[in-house]
Amino acid sequence: MRAADTLMESLKAEGVKDVFGIPGGANLPTYDALVDADFRHVQVRHEQGGGHAAEGYAKASGRVGVAFATSGPGATNLVTAIADAMMDSTPTVFITGQVRTELIGTDGFQEADILGATLPFVKHSFAVTDPRQIPEYVHQAFHVASTGRPGPVLLDIPQDLSRADIDYAPRTEPVEMPGYKPSTEGNIKQIRIAAKALASARRPIFYTGGGVINGNASAELRELADSDRFPVTSTLMGLGGFPASSDRFLGMLGMHGTWTANRAMDNADLIVAIGARFDDRITGKLSEFAPNAKVIHIDIDPAEISKNVGAHIPIVGDVKQVLPKLTREYRALQTDSSRLDEWWNTLRGWQEAHPLYYEPGKDGEIKPQFMIEALHRATGGDAIITSDVGQHQMWTAQYYGFDKPRRWINSGGLGTMGFGLPSAIGAKVACPDEQVVCVAGDGSLIMNVQELATCVTEDVPVKIFLQNNGYMGMVRQWQELFWDRRYSSVEMGASPDWVKLAEAFGAKGMRCEESADLEEQMVAALEHDGPVLLDVRTVPEENCYPMIPPGNAARDMVEAPRKTVS
Amino acid sequence: MEAGTPQVVKLEDLHVAGQLSGRKHILSILVENKPGVLARVAGLFSRRGFNIDTLAVGPTDDESVSRITLTLDGAVHPIDQVTKQLHKLVNVLKIRDMEPEETVAREMALFKVSSAVENRAEIIQFAEIFRAKIVDVARRTMTIEVTGSADKIEAFERMVRPHGLVEMVRTGEIAIGRGHD
Repeated sequence: MRAADTLMESLKAEGVKDVFGIPGGANLPTYDALVDADFRHVQVRHEQGGGHAAEGYAKASGRVGVAFATSGPGATNLVTAIADAMMDSTPTVFITGQVRTELIGTDGFQEADILGATLPFVKHSFAVTDPRQIPEYVHQAFHVASTGRPGPVLLDIPQDLSRADIDYAPRTEPVEMPGYKPSTEGNIKQIRIAAKALASARRPIFYTGGGVINGNASAELRELADSDRFPVTSTLMGLGGFPASSDRFLGMLGMHGTWTANRAMDNADLIVAIGARFDDRITGKLSEFAPNAKVIHIDIDPAEISKNVGAHIPIVGDVKQVLPKLTREYRALQTDSSRLDEWWNTLRGWQEAHPLYYEPGKDGEIKPQFMIEALHRATGGDAIITSDVGQHQMWTAQYYGFDKPRRWINSGGLGTMGFGLPSAIGAKVACPDEQVVCVAGDGSLIMNVQELATCVTEDVPVKIFLQNNGYMGMVRQWQELFWDRRYSSVEMGASPDWVKLAEAFGAKGMRCEESADLEEQMVAALEHDGPVLLDVRTVPEENCYPMIPPGNAARDMVEAPRKTVS
Repeated sequence: MEAGTPQVVKLEDLHVAGQLSGRKHILSILVENKPGVLARVAGLFSRRGFNIDTLAVGPTDDESVSRITLTLDGAVHPIDQVTKQLHKLVNVLKIRDMEPEETVAREMALFKVSSAVENRAEIIQFAEIFRAKIVDVARRTMTIEVTGSADKIEAFERMVRPHGLVEMVRTGEIAIGRGHD
């Protein structure tokens, strides 16, 4: 069988149903084989879009996302998506064409050392040097991408090798890689010590992250939290892992987290980190982070333990396996939950005195926070929401209130502007029966706006709700607050006319300038049978609060200024 | 402690394990003998800001496996974090943080020393004391091969430097555990 056809067979054997990509010279054999392959190929308009679509696909479904690109610029266009997938631990396989074997190292046309270029951002990568490696490497690539701490895997295949004729047998046996054996179970002795520490904690808090989502452990987290009255906060990446509507959820923590969540971390005597990695956006000034807390750190990646914040009780394992054990051990201790009364009084006091707050809009103007609340109502709180990066992302995280996992898809670690639209395409392809909305910023959307063409031609009816404030808003906010309001290259101006742009692509364009009309227009957009771009004109200079100024500690948090009532 | 016992863990008794060891570490790393493996290891060190002091790479008794021996300063880098990051590389099979008392470590160095007639005898004497070998003699220089611990090589360097050290080449340390594993 031709090696390129064994690639298709191998992908099928891994359960692949959809791939994203663009053909080019070096992956012509792949695309020729694709004609007869029985899975869907979504032809994107830029490889970066294909990469983010694969990420959105993986984040929405939990299945491995796959993107194809040709050699040279096709492959280098993927680099941002690969780095993004690494930072957010997204299970993805990227398959690039490479120039013919005899041209490698000669600076041949469209040659780029993509393996070398992506070494810092891949979980693993394979350079095919013999066509017979292809089926085995595909099998290994999917295994590495989807197990342990998930991540991106690159497979680089020279064009000539794709055309070779090889024997093919499907790889179904378990993957054996001597250097790759993630530990998943969690050390039971450590789990017992953790249960006992929980039992003696008076001010505990669960700090949950993307690991809960990646590990499909929401139900297990709920069980543990229900074993007593444990308060829960979540990182940006963990939202939906614990229901936002639960009265034990304190909201998101970190730079734009709630007052209560950040204060709770600052005052806690025991932090239970579950699939979270103490990122700088969480800790703020590291030396002043959670000064009174002991730390239980549960993570599948041993290298995350004590990387940024020292763990007193490290537990390496899959949260889905560790949490039920911890719940069992904790329940067996039969603790008196009244010891948490005082803590809850404190937390409730903070929640009452410091809720999320914004000054309501005047005269029909649309506040961005109001827009997210309207989105929640229009979608029944149950859509898959993707976002770009910036203020709108934070407001969506703060105000949408995610109750389920895999409903919130954004670029958390790398912070990639332009992520929202292509990842929405991926999410919609993975979950065609779900409403998929991309909350975009006007600074971000333009960065991958070409994918509107993909929505139209590939019939992917995502809804883009653009929070249009005419600025690269988060950068503007920093310039306003920390750089003496010297605005530098943050104005986006009036270009493009988004409605006309959507129409030019063949999508429906809508505009909303009145808060009273917003929800109705959102519903109309959601009901429209096809992709829609709704240009929502929000107030231009709103700031995102609360905010822990960069480099500061949680207790230096700044809230939204309140105008005094006259 | 057993499951279900009411015995509590006092939070104040919990401690974070120490991170900086304060001494030199020799890591002996077995890796798959595949293209690009050294680049992965070296790249990991540079992007995490770990500084390699010496590095030696060579085959092992198994041709599919190579050994990377590297030394780094445990006063600057949390060795635990270094080894955990290394373990994440799929091509890394095994890492040993060699215990100094349990380890035989050797390095080889070649010294080219300027040797005028009047100091030649003294240099030959140093070489004898250090059990070094003179491997090349020219009209104005002598080349001496020294094998031993890094300390021994540095001591030899201090001895010959005043005579005019023209060039020094060191292999970086390799190490093996004492006795049988």
